[in-house]
Amino acid sequence: MVPALLALIFLGLPLLALLIKAPWDRLWQVLTSPTSLDALRLSLTTASAATLVAFIIGVPLAWLLARQEFVGRKFARALVTVPLVLPPVVGGIALLLAFGRRGIVGQYLDQWFGITLPFTTPGVVVAEAFVAMPFLIITVEGALRSLDGRFEDAAATLGASRLTIFRRVTLPLIAPSLIAGAVLTFARALGEFGATITFAGNLPGVTQTLPLAVYVGLEGDPAEAVALSLVLLAVSVTVLVVLRDKWLRTGASA
Amino acid sequence: MRIRPTFVLPLLVVALAACGSNGSGSTSSTNAPGPSDSASVSTSAPAGGPITVFAASSLKESFTKIAADFEAANPGAKVTLNFGASSGLATQITQGGPADVFASASQKTMDVVTAAKLADASQVFAVNTMEIATPPQATVAITGLADLAKPNVKVAVCAKEVPCGVAATKLFEANKLTITPATQEVDVKAVLSKVELGEVDAGIVYVTDVNAAGAKVVGVKIPADQNVTTKYPIAIINTSKQAAEAKAFVEYVASAPAQAILQAQGFTSP
Repeated sequence: MVPALLALIFLGLPLLALLIKAPWDRLWQVLTSPTSLDALRLSLTTASAATLVAFIIGVPLAWLLARQEFVGRKFARALVTVPLVLPPVVGGIALLLAFGRRGIVGQYLDQWFGITLPFTTPGVVVAEAFVAMPFLIITVEGALRSLDGRFEDAAATLGASRLTIFRRVTLPLIAPSLIAGAVLTFARALGEFGATITFAGNLPGVTQTLPLAVYVGLEGDPAEAVALSLVLLAVSVTVLVVLRDKWLRTGASA
Repeated sequence: MRIRPTFVLPLLVVALAACGSNGSGSTSSTNAPGPSDSASVSTSAPAGGPITVFAASSLKESFTKIAADFEAANPGAKVTLNFGASSGLATQITQGGPADVFASASQKTMDVVTAAKLADASQVFAVNTMEIATPPQATVAITGLADLAKPNVKVAVCAKEVPCGVAATKLFEANKLTITPATQEVDVKAVLSKVELGEVDAGIVYVTDVNAAGAKVVGVKIPADQNVTTKYPIAIINTSKQAAEAKAFVEYVASAPAQAILQAQGFTSP
């Protein structure tokens, strides 16, 4: 009982301190300043774009990992989880070495197409997608694997094509996990700091997302940093509330 | 690696918490927001006890040498150095960070500490000027400040909240240049890293940083009439429990041997 209480206090106290020490009197003024609005807008758009990227290329990979036997599947599965445990700043350095101006791929992007990713908003999306996509892949893969195959078999015996089966049987069955995965991916992308500041840099309006604005704000005006932190806290709490029911169930709906 | 569905979501939430927002964040290897995390706690030890010196990132090379010399000259003395952007260090000190001495890269950040009554008087011990750092195999030729305003040139500067960012802004204003940087790093060493990696064509750093980087960057000097100077103040922190040692260190920094080290790095005397 006491350890549990201690854990609760340990987790809750810093968040409570954030609420108590927030500059409530000038909160609105800080949150509606151009820097804050820029950071918020940038954070929301890049996190959404990163989640979209995760969907477009992540869900097919999840399908492949769950349903298809192929050489190196175990390796692929391990690879997918690496960004989860890699320190984000290390991820940022790795992205620079791959996609930077002198990166192994980046140099050709620059020379042949004139595309540079560092210090651009798409660069932020790349950094966020890199760290957040595994969440979606793993959630969806888990859902697909624990799916009762009989529904899909039944649909097949009734004459449905593979696309129809996927669209009308599989997708609805894994929809809750898809949503949970998407929300986790979005939240993770929103909170990303290390990879973003290392790979995409920090420029208000272009690459300065909310976490970066908080960090830079600490250098100048800690009270402003606290105000911005409240916004991130609010988003995190919303994510938790939305996912509340999902924790108690398994990864799939079935 | 078979992942059991029941463990998926709790595992993910743990991972989310572990490397989520503001997690393993800082690009500056030495500064982390929050007090007491990278410095030793000074306890009331007998004379010759350990002291903690919070110093600006641009002082890294010189203060490391000065601290070593101080320890050699005063047997039993121990100096722990905590480097970072001066503004962040000032915040740490006002939040209770265990500093005995604070050496900052601007009077403004020192004023934050004196305004909080954590330091009484400060003295200027060195003066620094700015220089343009360029990558070794540069694709864009940079010969002076004016080249930075050209359209395809990527420039890295420090964030406006940080002393070297303030200096960069003054530099551009004094020379009537409108330059949109590609990135505003939180630390001058981070700017240097971006230049070393070749990600930007030029970075505005201190003369001392270019000297310290050696062959990793190519410096482009800024003529004195275009340049801005920055004064570096040093002060003893009032809450220090090693006041005598702190005072001794500050005096050592002002003394001839330490000044020689600073000047060899590129600083000028106040």
